[in-house]
Amino acid sequence: MVNNNEVTIKVNKLGKAYRINLKENRHQNFVNAVADILIRPLKNYQRISSFKNVSADSTGENIFWANRHISFEVYEGEVLGIIGKNGAGKTTLLKMLSRITDPTEGSIEIFGRVASLLEVGTGFNIELTGRENIFLNGTILGLSKKEIEERFDSIVEFSGIKKFLDTAVKKYSSGMKVRLAFAVAAHLEPDILIIDEVLAVGDAEFQKKCLGKMRDVTANEGRTVLFISHDMAAIKNLCTRAILLQEGSIVYEGLPGDVVDYYLNNNIAIRQNGADLLTRKRTRGDGRFIATGYSILDDKKRTIKITESGKNTIIAINYEVREAGPEPVVLLIIKNNLEQTVFTCLSRNSYHDVMKLKKAGTIYCEIPGLPLQPGEYSVDIILKYGYDFTDAVESAFTLTVEKGDFFGTGKINDDMVNGLFVYHRWRIE
Amino acid sequence: MAEEKLYTFIEPRKKFSFFSIKDFFRYKDLLYYMVLRDITVQYKQTILGLGWAILNPLFQIIIFSFIFGNLAGLKPDVANMPYPLFSTLAVIPWTYFSSSLSSACSSLITSSPIFTKVYFPRIIIPLTPVFSKLFDFLISMIILVGLMIYYQFYPGKNLVLVAWPLLIIIVTSAGLGFWLSALSLQYRDVRFALSFLLSVLLYAAPVAFPASLVKEKFGQQLYYWYAAYPMVGGIEGFRACFSSSSFPLEMVAISTITALLIFMSGLFYFKKLERYFADIA
Repeated sequence: MVNNNEVTIKVNKLGKAYRINLKENRHQNFVNAVADILIRPLKNYQRISSFKNVSADSTGENIFWANRHISFEVYEGEVLGIIGKNGAGKTTLLKMLSRITDPTEGSIEIFGRVASLLEVGTGFNIELTGRENIFLNGTILGLSKKEIEERFDSIVEFSGIKKFLDTAVKKYSSGMKVRLAFAVAAHLEPDILIIDEVLAVGDAEFQKKCLGKMRDVTANEGRTVLFISHDMAAIKNLCTRAILLQEGSIVYEGLPGDVVDYYLNNNIAIRQNGADLLTRKRTRGDGRFIATGYSILDDKKRTIKITESGKNTIIAINYEVREAGPEPVVLLIIKNNLEQTVFTCLSRNSYHDVMKLKKAGTIYCEIPGLPLQPGEYSVDIILKYGYDFTDAVESAFTLTVEKGDFFGTGKINDDMVNGLFVYHRWRIE
Repeated sequence: MAEEKLYTFIEPRKKFSFFSIKDFFRYKDLLYYMVLRDITVQYKQTILGLGWAILNPLFQIIIFSFIFGNLAGLKPDVANMPYPLFSTLAVIPWTYFSSSLSSACSSLITSSPIFTKVYFPRIIIPLTPVFSKLFDFLISMIILVGLMIYYQFYPGKNLVLVAWPLLIIIVTSAGLGFWLSALSLQYRDVRFALSFLLSVLLYAAPVAFPASLVKEKFGQQLYYWYAAYPMVGGIEGFRACFSSSSFPLEMVAISTITALLIFMSGLFYFKKLERYFADIA
């Protein structure tokens, strides 16, 4: 792509390493346990102090590179989308770009003022009024008092909370808080705007307003925007270019449509690695209660590769209890190919009792009359003890759904609209 | 759009980068609003509100006057003033010192949700309580004015120097605030140790007794070393500003030097650790 505009961000071989906690050996007998208590403070001191001793030459098992070898340039007026799975290093990259955290290696050059919206409403104090929060939040985001005064009326109008301006923010609804926060953020007028997942909040109408504002900012005022999102539709619609991060590095770069397609296809390929989950990368969990495998079954417990709308479908999770714990919980999250959650199965709510588990076995989740439209869905498997994560395998497998007779009427049509199937009845009188 | 664009270069900080005055001034309004927020929010949803700024030191003055003034029978001859007034002149600056220090100590921990999301000069965070607690200090001066009227005791010409010992106390609070906030963010033990530390510092400071007592008991040499504790010069100096006795110039000068040392070293440590704050928070 030819771009005659000036470069606004130049990232050169950027990397960020963290030191992470490794599981420590536990004391086995009484003497060791007592000794452990005595040397624990020293160990703690060394452990805590070591977190800040990370440099580009650090090696070892407990060094984790959240980002590495990242180089790219962004030009004036561009909207650069950054996509990637959770844990791919998107947020770390943005944190370095917005000067929140220092890189471990490489450099960034930025021409212009940066405003980052890693989360809207940062620094809001619920005890203060809307008016006071506009000034506090505005200055936190880098505006001067004078600049806020100049923009005050416009901020108030954009937020639509004029009536509650002198009411404490703790009396606001969550929607109002978001409106106010975004209104301040939208008036920062920086040269470079960094946005992370902001559009996940607020009602649809307000989101539309925000997207409009974002378009104005880039189209009319020639600003640069970096946009991180899981919303593939938004990336396709808003961005002029996109990069895909995977395990901390850029793996694909190009037009948003191409990058999104590459990401989705590639992601599905990863998912079809087979029924074994032991080799899969974990995003969370302490490993006390883990998923070792899965299978998709029909209601006669026969393994199937593809299921269909309306078919009784069983998701079987093979588990292993490495260390017993209270109240095991299984959570399955079924997501569509835009990474949006379609529905979830949470055993805490839907299983009649507390699950009693053996050392290893299989947990079956039966979904009678699968309400999914034809397509490919990915399933996250999350295991917990109570509210503590013990295991989380994101996109553990793909659920391929074909056309089926959900209503049992014998009619399978192509004109099915989006959404879930729901049982319903018609009556004519 | 502005012709000259801001240029930022980010790379791993290897060497110590000193306090960027320019950056700080760009964010001076933020400090103002953070201080304003602290003052506004502090007494929200309380019955007595600002009354607490008076009641807290007042109770301490009453206890000190009862225990040290009556039971222990301390007669502060140097200050030539009634004991309640004597202790008030120390308790009020001490209350400011201890409250700003405890807020500053936990300031980075409590505001970590902010500084892990937005960039601004982090130094503003521990500085905020140092300024906002000055408001309480001013309110509690009402006690002093009341007692002075009651005892018909009026300050002499030393009063023109009052800003000096106050600055010592403010600078010391800021310096220790830098140290403690940066330390407590890493080692949360500091927060637990602080209440102990504060009581040691309180009894070491000439709050209940005059500093001249140290000179009498331990001699001139130790007296100078004693003045190296900035709160000695701060409190004794503050007290002297209201009394008719001579201003303890040497002592205040020594305390000024150590206060500045604490401030500079605190700033240095804070700036050195600053780059890790977002990672260890």
